[in-house]
Amino acid sequence: MIDVDTSMPARTGAVSLEIAGVGRDFTTGGRRRAVLGDVRLSVAAGEVVALLGPSGCGKSTLLRLACGLDTPTAGTVLVDGRPVRGIEPRCAVVFQEPRLMPWRTLERNVAYGLPRDVTGPRARQEVAHWLGVVGLTEFARHRPRQVSGGMAQRTALARALARRPGVLLLDEPFAALDALTRLRMQDLLAEVRSAAGTTVLMVTHDVDEALHLADRIVLLGAPGSTPDGPATVRLIQAVPGARPRDRGDAELAALRVALLAELGVGVPER
Amino acid sequence: MRLTPGRRSPVWAVGLILPLLLVLAWQWAASAGVYSRAQLPPPADVLSAVGELIGRGELWHHVAISTQRVLIGFAAGSALGLALGGLVGLSRPARALLSPTVQAIRAVPSLAWVPLLLLWLGIGETPKIVLVAIGAFFPVYTTVSSAVAHIDPHLVEVGHAYGRSGVRLLGTVLFPAATPAIVSGLRLGLAQGWLFLVAAELIASSMGLGFLLIDSQNTGRTDVMLLAIILLAALGKLSDTVLGVAERMLLTGHVR
Repeated sequence: MIDVDTSMPARTGAVSLEIAGVGRDFTTGGRRRAVLGDVRLSVAAGEVVALLGPSGCGKSTLLRLACGLDTPTAGTVLVDGRPVRGIEPRCAVVFQEPRLMPWRTLERNVAYGLPRDVTGPRARQEVAHWLGVVGLTEFARHRPRQVSGGMAQRTALARALARRPGVLLLDEPFAALDALTRLRMQDLLAEVRSAAGTTVLMVTHDVDEALHLADRIVLLGAPGSTPDGPATVRLIQAVPGARPRDRGDAELAALRVALLAELGVGVPER
Repeated sequence: MRLTPGRRSPVWAVGLILPLLLVLAWQWAASAGVYSRAQLPPPADVLSAVGELIGRGELWHHVAISTQRVLIGFAAGSALGLALGGLVGLSRPARALLSPTVQAIRAVPSLAWVPLLLLWLGIGETPKIVLVAIGAFFPVYTTVSSAVAHIDPHLVEVGHAYGRSGVRLLGTVLFPAATPAIVSGLRLGLAQGWLFLVAAELIASSMGLGFLLIDSQNTGRTDVMLLAIILLAALGKLSDTVLGVAERMLLTGHVR
């Protein structure tokens, strides 16, 4: 067994992410629809930013643009100052579903995330390290269908971290999990992030999750003047207080009410 | 999912019950005089026919030439089926171009090819092997093209997001995801190869199990006819079992 804390230089070297005036149009059935318009956002190296917004507002599209799975119609995405063209090797994605290869064991799934030049004993060491970080050392030889949804998603997180990403992109990674597992995963993510030291851009529709994990919350949505137009950055909210955060903090509770109001969720008057 | 060795052997034995019962029923029908001896010779006659053919050195010859035709034809047909099925499954333009024609050719019954193949390729080994290849091609082509076309796009996206494309995407996502379907397509192709073999040998040949069938009909040797049928069944089952073992080994690696 490999000692998780000392086995290797676990830090991935966080880099900055710049979304510079990005727009994305989709054409469906001959009709052109702008989903994102002139999105501007700077994420500093090592920062955790949560993208919050109503469903269908283009949060996931923005994430796909950041990792090169999709190409913007306007503007550029810069990772560490260099524009993203094609799949970005400095980014790693965790999707809403674990998306593990069912024919690979958990450790072989984690190994799938390793950079191409990591092979042999070093590869085995890295896989063991990241499996340890997400607490799945004992399940290394299990297959995805033999473990729970939470464990599968932890494996997907380890796979992403094995890529040593400068920017970790999370697309509603805990949305499909039950409430309790979700809270545990949030705490795990906070720990793992500080261990790995990567920049994080996460999409969520959960205000509490955003408040618990993020340095800043970016509210995405159509501007008030054109409610049917493309989504853009409506609000950037810094979250006060150092992590790990207390889920019962009063200041965060007030912020939660404000953010929910922005999202169109009313709070009963007392 | 996996059976333990201790549990597999009884299952094996259970499979033998029905053949044994059939032999008993056969013996009973032959001795009870339901049919004449020329129509239905008892199992002992077939056994002595085996001895006779072995004595003349013919049996091994017929079995070997038929097996050889199936193996060569199956190798060629399934290789082409894999390649073309993969291409049509992966590429939309290739599917639009090739799929309708291949489906139409598929609809041609096996025997319809025989006159044309004889005309073009003569009466040697080639037309028989080509007919087996045609038979093996279609099941492999059909299963592989639909399996590859229906691979979970989410997994393909993971492959892309983790920097895999081209051959590396094929090797790490597309091929493993389609492996179970590919193997069952190969088994179907092999079975159909045997079917087409008999079609080829029935019509123009001087060797092989199909020839043995038609020759025994012409000489009134029902015992040899039954022997040829039993041999076809046994060889078909044997070759399928070999592929089945290969499948188990492949898929164990698949899940491992």
